[in-house]
Amino acid sequence: MKAFITHKGIAAPLPLDNIDTDVIIPMGPLMMTPRGELGKKAFMPLRYREDGSEAPEFVLNQAPYQRASILVAGRNFGCGSSREGAVHALEGFGIRIVIAPSFGDIFFGNCIKNGVLPVILEDAAHDSALQAAGITRGEAFFKVSLPDQIVTLPDGTCLPFDFDPGHKVRLLEGMDEIALTEQYRQDVLDYQEKDRRDRPWIWAIEHMA
Amino acid sequence: MSPATLFDKLWDRHLVTTNDEGLDLIHIDRSLLTDLSGTIGLEEMEQDDSAVACPGLHAAMPDHVIPTGSEDTPQQAKLRARFVVNLDRLSKQTGIRHFARGSGRQGIVHVVGLEQGFTLPGTTLVCGDSHTSTHGAVGALAWGIGSTEVKHVLATQTLWMKRPKRARVWLDGTLQRGVFSKDLILWLIGRLGADYGREHAVEFTGPVIEALSVEARASVCNLGVEMGARFALIAPDDTTFRYLAGRTYAPEPALWEAALEDWRRLKTDPGAQFDKEIYLDASEVTPQITWGISPEQVTNLGGAVPLSGADDGALDYMGLAPGQSLEGLPVDYVFIGSCANSRIEDLRLVADIVRGKRVAERVTAWVVPGSEAVKRAAEDEGLAKIFLAAGFQWREPGCSMCNAVNGDLVAPGKRAVSTSNRNFVGRQGPNARTHLASPATAAACALAGEIRLSQE
Ligand code: SF4
Repeated sequence: MKAFITHKGIAAPLPLDNIDTDVIIPMGPLMMTPRGELGKKAFMPLRYREDGSEAPEFVLNQAPYQRASILVAGRNFGCGSSREGAVHALEGFGIRIVIAPSFGDIFFGNCIKNGVLPVILEDAAHDSALQAAGITRGEAFFKVSLPDQIVTLPDGTCLPFDFDPGHKVRLLEGMDEIALTEQYRQDVLDYQEKDRRDRPWIWAIEHMA
Repeated sequence: MSPATLFDKLWDRHLVTTNDEGLDLIHIDRSLLTDLSGTIGLEEMEQDDSAVACPGLHAAMPDHVIPTGSEDTPQQAKLRARFVVNLDRLSKQTGIRHFARGSGRQGIVHVVGLEQGFTLPGTTLVCGDSHTSTHGAVGALAWGIGSTEVKHVLATQTLWMKRPKRARVWLDGTLQRGVFSKDLILWLIGRLGADYGREHAVEFTGPVIEALSVEARASVCNLGVEMGARFALIAPDDTTFRYLAGRTYAPEPALWEAALEDWRRLKTDPGAQFDKEIYLDASEVTPQITWGISPEQVTNLGGAVPLSGADDGALDYMGLAPGQSLEGLPVDYVFIGSCANSRIEDLRLVADIVRGKRVAERVTAWVVPGSEAVKRAAEDEGLAKIFLAAGFQWREPGCSMCNAVNGDLVAPGKRAVSTSNRNFVGRQGPNARTHLASPATAAACALAGEIRLSQE
């Protein structure tokens, strides 16, 4: 997992609600594309026309948003399928931060695992971020600090956001979770030993084909 | 002890430890591995040379990618070689049980887990698939995870989780005749929105839920995730216990009574607190069908696209205008299948509607059973003959047209009525137009060749 601390970049407005992970990366292209090249396929249904040419009306096809590293999106961003490829596609495009009023739960977790920062801004704060992303046309940078939990708009407006401390540590340190969990190995074994006694039917299937 | 919700009872029982930042380490009792996320997880384990902690607690089977026709196209053959073959190979290598096509147990993970008794009340169950919420139908705490987490579960049999909030949806009244649990959940999503359950574990309860079969409950929990609930839950009861008795992985007779005693405690105590709660009378629910590109864009019997406020992108994609009635729209495809509605009760219902009738000429109509067990039962009961006589294709089990990555898809620009759970842009194929509905409605539309919402 990659570490995340602070970031400065162009923010693109994408104020649509319920952008699902099938839109962020359709399953067909996801299966056929090596992870390193998924960025080209991000938002395929919105970004390209049927003949494969770029759809000029889509924000990430417009200058300077082709270089956006922050996305200001609508409600329930990343709902739908659990595919982690959705985060890989965003990463591949260069997106490091998504700001939205709400996220799909599984997508949110997948962001944390991959060092992409999901920022929840509600109502007025979200509106100002969206507006700033649209107005500045990328001329000025957004700044996002995870340690301070603040989004700074190009005009200096500071928008604080909440962030779960557990998730924060994981993002800041970019740790290998499996190695970390190994430290709790004895706790897990103790749990299992007790559970085998308490609920033997849970474990009875272990030796069944 | 203070009164607890069903969710909290399940969570606390699986809590191994809590770290300094408040993340909980949760033990995972069961995991299902699909030919997509499961294969990828196992491949990564192989690359890292990592060992699977508890191979006996997983079950792997091909569903997403495996074709459902009799012959592979070159593209299907390629996908099969990568995903289906590797799942089989890596399962064998790691000692994980694997239900291959032809084993009699293969099917969509969320159909197979329940029907084999692999999912039990009080278990934690995960799968690299968002519709894992389905398994909440028997009182399992079940949720969808990403592929990094799949690997974590394989390696440690645990997951680090933040405890979600709790919500309860209480459904009073009785469902009208001709209204099914699929209508109920689509109606709920329409009323509450596609993100009502976000950050919550949602318990569905009340007389309407109690009256449903386990299979009908599975449809509710399946689409729970379409209202944003990563966890959907229904307390186990006698209906559940009768459903589970005698299934392959259900407790053997020597353990059954002890298990039952434990399971009977799995319910929300009177007075337990929820973070949010809603009471609704479901007697008013009528057959539902979606018009847009989110399951929340749904309307009822005789319904139409909203006159105002409908999202232009959705209307444009679906080829509809504000205020347009759905009734009478020509239909090109009807898909009866997917983990939402491909169980034997669904197929019985469809057979009742299409018996002795013919699918309209213009419609490509498929029935794709959810599992080999469902397929066999439908053939034994004579349902398959009814489908074939009516002009449906009768296919091998798998996700098929629900995800359109296995070669089964709706042609561009065509309109489908589908019993699946997602009407997202491109979900059933590039530019495919999906209307989600119950199996009864889908069957009626197949016969009519147009959208027809009837409650007969
Ligand atoms: S049937 Fe559809 S929703 Fe269900 S697991 Fe398969 S692809 Fe996912």
